[in-house]
Amino acid sequence: MVPTAYYLVLAAMLFSIGIGAFLIKRNVITIFISIELMLNAVNLTFVAFAHMWHQVNGQIFVFFVMVVAAAEAAVGLAIIISIFRTRRTLNVDEIDLMKS
Amino acid sequence: MSHLTNFEVYLLLSVIKVAVVLVITLMCVAYTVLLERKLLGRMQNRWGPSRVGPFGLLQPLVDGAKLFLKEDLMPTAVERPLFLLAPLIALGCALVSVAVVPFGAVTTVKGVDMFELANVNIGLLVILGITSIGVYGIALSGWSSNNKYSLLGSLRSTAQVISYELALGLSLVGVVLRSQSLNLRRIVDVQSTHGMLSWNIFGGFQFVAFFIYLMAAYAETNRAPFDLPEAETELVAGYHTEYSSMKFAMFFMAEYANMITAGCVATLLFFGGATSPFGHTFVGFLNTRFFNAVFPVLWFVVKVFGFLALYIWVRATLPRFRYDQLMSFGWKFLLPLAMANIILTSFVLAMRG
Amino acid sequence: MQLALFIIFGALAVGGALNLLFQRHPINSALSLVVVMMSLAVLYWSLGAEFLAAAQVIVYSGAIMVLFVFVIMLLNAGEEEHTTGSRAAYTVGIPGAAAIFCLLSFVFLSERTALKGANIGGDLGNGADNIAAVSAMLFTKQLLPFEVTSILILVAILGAVVLARKEQ
Repeated sequence: MVPTAYYLVLAAMLFSIGIGAFLIKRNVITIFISIELMLNAVNLTFVAFAHMWHQVNGQIFVFFVMVVAAAEAAVGLAIIISIFRTRRTLNVDEIDLMKS
Repeated sequence: MSHLTNFEVYLLLSVIKVAVVLVITLMCVAYTVLLERKLLGRMQNRWGPSRVGPFGLLQPLVDGAKLFLKEDLMPTAVERPLFLLAPLIALGCALVSVAVVPFGAVTTVKGVDMFELANVNIGLLVILGITSIGVYGIALSGWSSNNKYSLLGSLRSTAQVISYELALGLSLVGVVLRSQSLNLRRIVDVQSTHGMLSWNIFGGFQFVAFFIYLMAAYAETNRAPFDLPEAETELVAGYHTEYSSMKFAMFFMAEYANMITAGCVATLLFFGGATSPFGHTFVGFLNTRFFNAVFPVLWFVVKVFGFLALYIWVRATLPRFRYDQLMSFGWKFLLPLAMANIILTSFVLAMRG
Repeated sequence: MQLALFIIFGALAVGGALNLLFQRHPINSALSLVVVMMSLAVLYWSLGAEFLAAAQVIVYSGAIMVLFVFVIMLLNAGEEEHTTGSRAAYTVGIPGAAAIFCLLSFVFLSERTALKGANIGGDLGNGADNIAAVSAMLFTKQLLPFEVTSILILVAILGAVVLARKEQ
């Protein structure tokens, strides 16, 4: 009988590690990966609450979050590839101007 | 046995089951290599390995000993953790898939089903998931080899596998629609009502889905005619150029274990699994507990053997695809055909009520 | 035993997330995220969401992360260095993330009794069919969001193909 609060605290821990990685890292792809980590932490929260209320709506919302994350990953990586083609670098500190 | 609790009996029987199934699977992998060499040889009008032991039956043991005793090279510039991890992922995923496959009828000994390792409600999705994770073995092997030919070979192979995974998954939806469940035992039970006529390929009218599955499985396991990434004349040896002895043997075993898994899934989903093609006509005939347990396993083995022979037959017969032909075949032909199959199957099932 | 399952896979998830934070090369971060996702799939299963566990493995760690690994291998930009921007981010980012974590866990732990406990497997133990329940809701009451997400995926495919194409 694990208290539901423990699952939520685990999700909060993953979310805050994701925020830390988002702020600290300088590689664009790693920043993108930390966004996926934050989305996963939120998914865990939704599933824990779906279990608590014995409803399936939480799981359906997680399904939609996964779909949106997939679409966002595809488009975001395509943007990163086209940025790399022009700037030849993936360091966020060097891609900070609209004019190359 | 009376002084052990229920849980301990369950644990002991499960461990014995896992050990036996694992050993048998590894032996099957080794002898599938021999089967391929013999069948390819006979189709090319030569003998195949026939000197070591009667009919060459000791050849896999000798091959295993040779691979073990070869020098295990580790080039200096490879990324060691990923280099060591890649064949482990490939072989591990190939062997774990056999855990949800029911290879016999339901036979319980002290409450434990003897012919299935794990009866999972989403067994089919577990097999698809494990196939998806096996892609990492290929991707990481090319990357960690620090060699541009290996990297290109592994990227091509990864793109091929993930393209055909979609067609593979979609072709199985028709089967799931007919049996209303993802549980592999339930899918097999739905096909056991009238013997051969109720198998999914005949009575379930899933022959188009079967051919889509067959082609997608050939592409997933990197076998002919889709074996461009490991052809000897292309890209040196593809993604396992830098591997030697034990790690190469693991990739090799992973490929044949994937073949066996694809054959097991095809028999379960399209050919009735462990049920006999004669259905209930011989039900009174050797009705002892022993024969009721053994005969379904024999039928399953015969069907998987037929699949392996089909794999090898296709390898001996067809030339390989070029890479762009391969990708356009997967995306522009198989995927729309699989979707059309789903729509047609659900339409027919809705009409029947 | 359920507590042991939770602790093992929770620790694996947190370890993977910390590894993501501390690794220099993006491919190691991507592989750590795959570890996090697989352990989250086990946790979903323990909460009774078996379809989501399978979807997490097949879609998230088997397709989306393969896409990330693919792009990292193709672009091959190397490890990251420590710049002045990153040092400033260290002093602000780590305390900020720690503050958010403390706030959230305080809220969750103070409501611990109201949130009740989680049986392992959730409703699966009573023989409830999770996939039947999810699809009954998804294709009747949530049909509009479902169709809209399929259009979203179509738009994303078109966008990705156009953006990643070589200039002619």
